[in-house]
Amino acid sequence: MTTLGEAWSYLLAHLPQFTTALGVHVALSAAALAIGAAIAVPAGIYAAHRPRAAFATINVANIGRTLPSLAVLALVMPLLGTGFAPSLFALSLLALPPIVLNAIAGIRGIDPEVVDAARGMGMTPGAILRHIEWPLALPVIFAGLRTAAIQVISGAVLAAFIGGGGLGDFITAGIAMMAVPQLLVGAIPVTLLAIGADFAFGMLQRRITPAGVREA
Amino acid sequence: MIEIEHLTKRFSGAASPAVDDLSLAIGTGEICVLIGPSGCGKTTTMRMINRMIEPDSGRIRIAGRDVTHVDAVELRRSVGYVIQQVGLFPHMTIADNVATVPRLLNWDAARITRRVDELLARVDMDPARYRSRFPRELSGGQKQRVGVARALAADPPVMLMDEPFGALDPITRAALQDEFLRLLDELKKTIVFVTHDIDEALKMGTRIAILRAGRVVQFDRPESILAHPADAFVEAFVGRDRALKRLALLTVAEHAVAGIAPSGAPQIAASADLRDALSLLLAENRDVANVVDASGAMGRIVTLSSIRAALDATPPATLN
Repeated sequence: MTTLGEAWSYLLAHLPQFTTALGVHVALSAAALAIGAAIAVPAGIYAAHRPRAAFATINVANIGRTLPSLAVLALVMPLLGTGFAPSLFALSLLALPPIVLNAIAGIRGIDPEVVDAARGMGMTPGAILRHIEWPLALPVIFAGLRTAAIQVISGAVLAAFIGGGGLGDFITAGIAMMAVPQLLVGAIPVTLLAIGADFAFGMLQRRITPAGVREA
Repeated sequence: MIEIEHLTKRFSGAASPAVDDLSLAIGTGEICVLIGPSGCGKTTTMRMINRMIEPDSGRIRIAGRDVTHVDAVELRRSVGYVIQQVGLFPHMTIADNVATVPRLLNWDAARITRRVDELLARVDMDPARYRSRFPRELSGGQKQRVGVARALAADPPVMLMDEPFGALDPITRAALQDEFLRLLDELKKTIVFVTHDIDEALKMGTRIAILRAGRVVQFDRPESILAHPADAFVEAFVGRDRALKRLALLTVAEHAVAGIAPSGAPQIAASADLRDALSLLLAENRDVANVVDASGAMGRIVTLSSIRAALDATPPATLN
């Protein structure tokens, strides 16, 4: 209890720094997720319609997914240096695999008879994508965003190592100085952010699931 | 209405062509059944008509128009398409499913609503009750009714149906077959109907094309195929009971003879088929039954020898 109390006092004493760090953390995560989605969703949809491209993308994404977050950040540093931009770049890379994999799975998971019927009735490929594939794949695509969001929020802690800022600053400093209260001021909000993002995306996922395919 | 000339399709990697120099001329208002064992090319042939598959060579004309001279998307909007698994869009209501092609054709909203309700009523689905339902709330038979309504939406003169009743239980299948035949009686569509079920082919087909290895072995009316199978393959395909199948195509009304059976003779409705009549005579161990028409009038009979005579009389061999 005392440790939590000390953490609270530390937080109140360093409120401006905390607010800045929290802001950077959220901005970094949100931007990385947005960039990741902007690349991975179209790429996944494109690959899903082409068996060879899908095979290659799935394999590359699976390799990407096994890379430790810290390794990605460490690899980026010698190339791009330190600070917010390199951190954002590295985190965007981290966001790609789960989003692209789910986009492919979402499109491919649609009953082929449904797409065949749409084609047979004279829908253009664009209309099939807009009216059939997109709404039916959206819940699965959203699940990918949800996974990516959690990964990026926890991965953003490591941005502190390459000068990207964020709540990781409190954690690394806390570890370095054996100052548990300081560490908690970073760790607890990160955890809450991750849980909050998971919850929010879960809610959204249910909202965007078309009524006809929603679990009763 | 649909002329298929020297159609050939070979899939890459396949040893022999799926469809091999196939020609068929299908008349307006006909239900042309394509039937044969798996891999005989029946579905491939059907799918080339609306260019879901492009032929390697040969020509298909609908109402004189070469299908390859029309944009494939435009073509498909003018040809009804029904498949076995129905392929209803699960995220759309029944009304939106049925409205698919009219929307693609940019009909105005009021016309679409009217048409959807009219079609749902046509396939015996109360529009008020089902309009806003989703496909997963329907039974298999109801889904296929909606599938048929959706294919009819823009009133296409030609419909392609790939085993439309294949996934249904026998009772639902028979009911939907009967309803569909009644519906077609009013609508006069030209239908290409793929099935692997010979009984369905005999029931639904105006003419039946029996396919084997991508070629037409015999193309004729059901009764002619049963009476004069072109070769041993067709004979085996239609089954050993082809005499009984022929009787099933003949009605008591057409083949009854004048007379009154002795008292105690069984009765059979004029609308029944001769197969049922024969079955009744065998079951009752009688030679003769009284025929009763819809109004209850009698005075005609069906006998074992009149049934045999009916088999001998029909049909003349058709040359083609």
